[in-house]
Amino acid sequence: MFDNLTSKFSGVIKTLKGEARLTEDNIQEALREVRMALLEADVALPVIKEFIARVKEKAIGQDVMSSLSPGQALVGVVHQELIAIMGGETVDINLATVPPAIILMVGLQGAGKTTSSGKLAKWLIDHKKKKVLLVSCDIYRPAAIHQLEILAGQTGADFFPVHPGQQPKEIANAALDFARRHHHDVMIMDTAGRLAIDEAMMQEISELNALLKPIETLFVVDAMQGQDAVNTAKAFSEVLPLTGIVLTKLDGDSRGGAALSARYITGKPIKFVGVAEKLTGLEPFHPDRMAARILGMGDVLGLIEEAQRGVDLDEAEKLAKKMKSGKGFDLNDFKMQLQQMRNMGGMSAMMDKLPSQLSHAAQNVKMDDKVVNRTEGIINSMTGQERAKPEILKASRKRRIAVGAGVSVQEVNRLLAQFEQTQKMMKMMSKGGMAKMMRGLKGMLPGRR
Amino acid sequence: MLSFIKSKNSPAPTELAPSSWATRVKRGLEQTRNSLGRQVSGLFGGGRIDAALYDELESILLAADTGVDATTWLLDELRRTVKWDGLTDAVQLKGALQETLVSLLAPLERPLDTGTNKPFIIMLTGVNGAGKTTSIGKIAKYFQSQGKSVLLAAGDTFRAAAREQLMAWGERNNVAVIAQDGSSQQKADPAAVIFDAINAAKARGIDIVLADTAGRLATQLHLMEEIKKVKRVIAKAEPGAPHEVLLVLDANTGQNAVSQVQAFDAALGVTGLVLTKLDGTAKGGVIAAIARQRKEGPPLPIRFLGMGEGVDDLQPFDAREFVEALFD
Repeated sequence: MFDNLTSKFSGVIKTLKGEARLTEDNIQEALREVRMALLEADVALPVIKEFIARVKEKAIGQDVMSSLSPGQALVGVVHQELIAIMGGETVDINLATVPPAIILMVGLQGAGKTTSSGKLAKWLIDHKKKKVLLVSCDIYRPAAIHQLEILAGQTGADFFPVHPGQQPKEIANAALDFARRHHHDVMIMDTAGRLAIDEAMMQEISELNALLKPIETLFVVDAMQGQDAVNTAKAFSEVLPLTGIVLTKLDGDSRGGAALSARYITGKPIKFVGVAEKLTGLEPFHPDRMAARILGMGDVLGLIEEAQRGVDLDEAEKLAKKMKSGKGFDLNDFKMQLQQMRNMGGMSAMMDKLPSQLSHAAQNVKMDDKVVNRTEGIINSMTGQERAKPEILKASRKRRIAVGAGVSVQEVNRLLAQFEQTQKMMKMMSKGGMAKMMRGLKGMLPGRR
Repeated sequence: MLSFIKSKNSPAPTELAPSSWATRVKRGLEQTRNSLGRQVSGLFGGGRIDAALYDELESILLAADTGVDATTWLLDELRRTVKWDGLTDAVQLKGALQETLVSLLAPLERPLDTGTNKPFIIMLTGVNGAGKTTSIGKIAKYFQSQGKSVLLAAGDTFRAAAREQLMAWGERNNVAVIAQDGSSQQKADPAAVIFDAINAAKARGIDIVLADTAGRLATQLHLMEEIKKVKRVIAKAEPGAPHEVLLVLDANTGQNAVSQVQAFDAALGVTGLVLTKLDGTAKGGVIAAIARQRKEGPPLPIRFLGMGEGVDDLQPFDAREFVEALFD
């Protein structure tokens, strides 16, 4: 989702390329474009102002005599400031208290509190081996409590049953007692969505917070939220001692400026991001990777990590090595990659992690799951030798493969073209890093900047 | 089961005596007016029209989610008006801005005519958490108050308890809900549920069918394919249907609303928009961005505004009232 922001930034940086040095004037121009890009990305105005001021101050003062080009120097500053504004390091969830550690989920209607509660329970069970109790005190939205009950069933967390007519405070008290008696490590309290201007509801959540004394009060923010993210974040942080942020719906194509705004206004770290609709679709937030992603460097680390989880480690390492070296990447690897993609939650999840330039290129290739199946079929119709050395494929072999896979020769050709493109990209990624790759892509894809 | 759910719902906030459209919109948009309107009015307090004033105005419009493109356009229009009409005072600028906004938003004002078919089938779509299911309840109530019979189809078979949520709404509104009693292990097929609902509506002589669907992000290609199928199946149950494809947008959404409109329109051929959660502090300036979006052809109409949690807090869109409510 940060892709769009990424490509904007890539454009901004382009304009700085070829400048002999950073002057106040040409920086001004580039910074104005950065401002526009951030506005289009829904970063809130006050945050942008501050951000630009910081970048400007750092950039003008900076020594660009080193081997860096002026453009790289400015990218460096923007990158560093993005990381700084998003909190520097990954902050783990805090459970260091006498059990049950209580996590309170708060936020606007439709931000994704209930879904995130379920995902968080799943994450704590899978990654931290905790015994988790899910509680809902959303007595307002029809069937909200039932929704959490179903999620609890799917995650393997325990669910605290609520009696009709119980008020949130009563539920909280009873649940706390229940969690103590049943020795739960963690109790996640889902709450009703509320507007920051709804005084009665804000009073209610404030009282709940005082009563439960949660170790984590997580503010759930929709990545698609607009300029108002600032006001909402401010209002919630004034009423509640927030400890962290959960950023949801990050798998959409929103530019995610709300993340910057909420982080900046509350001063609290983003602890988790929601990246898929499945219950496993929750990941810890990595500011450095995210900043790199914004700048167009892509989350290759995240990709490899995911590969490690989705596939066995040996294969993942092989893949990582091949991605790095670009050598010996043949159709067997291509097929393995397709299979792993499926294990890793499909194309869209993968695309998100690729550098924006790459994923744009990949979008042109248009691979959905049907195509993936067919591609696999074609590869399966090849001999081992053909897979290892695709260059030996000539007309008669292609015809045989097409018949074997039940496709046309054109489709075999298309697959081979795709494979070559992938191979080329991998080589470029391994040699000269981003700048070279972008140049390469420019040549490959006429019409792109 | 249902009584259990229902008893936990706090009673829907009882509304004051039905007030006029204008006062309702004003009440609903109070927050927008407070932040946006006050700021703008303060700006127009008097004095000269200068670059600083335009800069300030630009900031206010951008902070209302109007977006770079629409903001630039509005300011350019405004500058032209100022030049042509020889405006000099900041107070006059307010009127000019109002008129520019009204002319921008007027094409979005096209109320929904449900009389063209019986049953008139409306399909609702949108991203997760936009407020589809809540809006369905409100829209049902709206049509009921016009003396029309309504049937709800629980097409969100994905999200846990979405079906129960709609059934609870149906009970509140006294409207029949067609749902499939799938156990939670076995997810019902959304297209099948809606197909059944349409046939039930035909058999019962219902005027309007409201079909709920699961929230989805436009980037989830398989889910977009699924919803295309739902639409195709609706057309099988009733030729020419769905007669209206509503996209539900959260007013809190920033510029992504524009891409949402584009993506859902490309997949489904959206015919109208519902803008929800305008009772918060969000300013809904993204409407202007949407109005500017389609370069060819008229922009998609906004059929309804959602302005609160009560079942009555839903209103048709009126551009002039909307703009006036912003500036009062």
